[in-house]
Amino acid sequence: MSGQSMSGPVLQVKNLSARIAGQQVVEDVTFDVPAVGVTAVLGRNGVGKTSTLRAVLGLIERKGEVLLGGERVDGDRTDKIVRRGVGYVPEDREVFAGLTVAENLRLAERAGPNGTSPERRALVAELFPDLVQRAEQRAGTLSGGQQQMVSLARALLNDNILLLVDEPTKGLAPRIVGEVAEALAHAATTVPILLVEQNLQVIERLADTVVVIDAGRVVHTGQAADLLGDPDRIQRLLGVHAGEESL
Amino acid sequence: MSTLVLLLVTGLGLGGLYFLVASGLSLIYGLMGVLNFAHGSFLTLGAFVGVGVARLVGTDTWAGLGLALVVGAATGAAAAALTELGLIRPLYERHIEQVLVTVGLSLATVALFEGIWGPDAQYLTGPPWLESTTTLAGARIPNVAFVTFVAGALVLAGIVLFLKHTRYGLIIRAGVENRAMVTALGIDVRRAFTLVFAVGGAAAGLGGVLASQYFGYVSPHLGGNLLIFAFIVTVIGGLGSLTGAAVASVVVAVLQQLTNYYLGYGDLVVVLLLAVVLLVRPSGLLGRKA
Repeated sequence: MSGQSMSGPVLQVKNLSARIAGQQVVEDVTFDVPAVGVTAVLGRNGVGKTSTLRAVLGLIERKGEVLLGGERVDGDRTDKIVRRGVGYVPEDREVFAGLTVAENLRLAERAGPNGTSPERRALVAELFPDLVQRAEQRAGTLSGGQQQMVSLARALLNDNILLLVDEPTKGLAPRIVGEVAEALAHAATTVPILLVEQNLQVIERLADTVVVIDAGRVVHTGQAADLLGDPDRIQRLLGVHAGEESL
Repeated sequence: MSTLVLLLVTGLGLGGLYFLVASGLSLIYGLMGVLNFAHGSFLTLGAFVGVGVARLVGTDTWAGLGLALVVGAATGAAAAALTELGLIRPLYERHIEQVLVTVGLSLATVALFEGIWGPDAQYLTGPPWLESTTTLAGARIPNVAFVTFVAGALVLAGIVLFLKHTRYGLIIRAGVENRAMVTALGIDVRRAFTLVFAVGGAAAGLGGVLASQYFGYVSPHLGGNLLIFAFIVTVIGGLGSLTGAAVASVVVAVLQQLTNYYLGYGDLVVVLLLAVVLLVRPSGLLGRKA
């Protein structure tokens, strides 16, 4: 855990609802993301965690309020919200398979106050040296772990005020899970992260606060340590025992 | 032998024309998922305006042809960009409505062109060299076939260079793969939409002027006639694949020329080829599998 002190929320989500193909996937969700540390969104499979992140970004049809740094952004297009300083690491990486690693990263570079700087490029090169060596390799030919590095690097290239990270360890080998968690822990020292994650060990390592979603609604918010230290509550809210590795 | 050479080279020339139309269709579909039925109208408008301006200096002069090509391309680009801004963009993510709008626009513009320039073909004479032939392996090849083929190849090279070496080219290539993710990187992909329409419209406008030289006339139905084969080429090549469109343009045009001459059923054979490709390889020769 980053263990930093709290200040005003960087993201406020109020009464957020979202639909996909006419079906309600997020229902009246309300929570805040503090301006420091990692906030984990937890819940069983299919309860609406990914949809919540996508609704915050405006990638799916939504209603309700989304405030970024105190300003309403729920009327803005996705690209405009991102340019306000939101980095997005999607579920399943979504790298551009036909582009090279360098092209994937170049595409993510932004101008402006929340944009890319030489320091940011240096940080990405330091965190992911493998990507530097594979700069001219097509992203579609990379392993799942390497693709996740590209996806994370795209978000870390810019001086964002918030990262939305969706299941970054999904389907990765244990060693790569550790590397991804390490990179996220490093990132969390400079930028708050809203993290959807299924791996309880990763949550335990990274998360400061948690938001638990069930059937599209928030059913619990609080300190991560409080939840993770309460096996009965984990069992009741997440349907798993505290000793299990994944939700 | 000379007949075969003639058919092959004129097929290449016709393929160049097909590609000038199909390149825009392919780019637009690849990035935006829109089948643009109004694309032929950009070609016809480019041809009429380009040839109209060329008449001021003489269509049978190189200056006139050069002027027609520049004006035709600019007209096609402007018409396409305005179409995207005014009609396609308000229907963003509503693909059926977007397609229907382009169908309506194509019908309306043909009527409009007939109203302005009359329903009949207007014949024109190009520069003397374009009107004459060059003997190659015993075949007397119309020089205009070389020009349309080279123009198609140059446009292909130009678009490939643009896609590979510019920021917008990078955005377009990424957008063809995953438009939503491009947006999620903070990029206003709508600008790329307008640009793709403009590039496709410019190629169509250029194709319109060259088609008027190739066929020797310009008419309100010029674009519509070529659009049918351009659609076939785009589907056979693989929707969204520029290289596929280039390969299919040549294959379809050469096959059409050969079968037209030897069997008399060129158009039918092309449609049969389309059916076979759809049955055997629905994603087209070089298209991505669904």
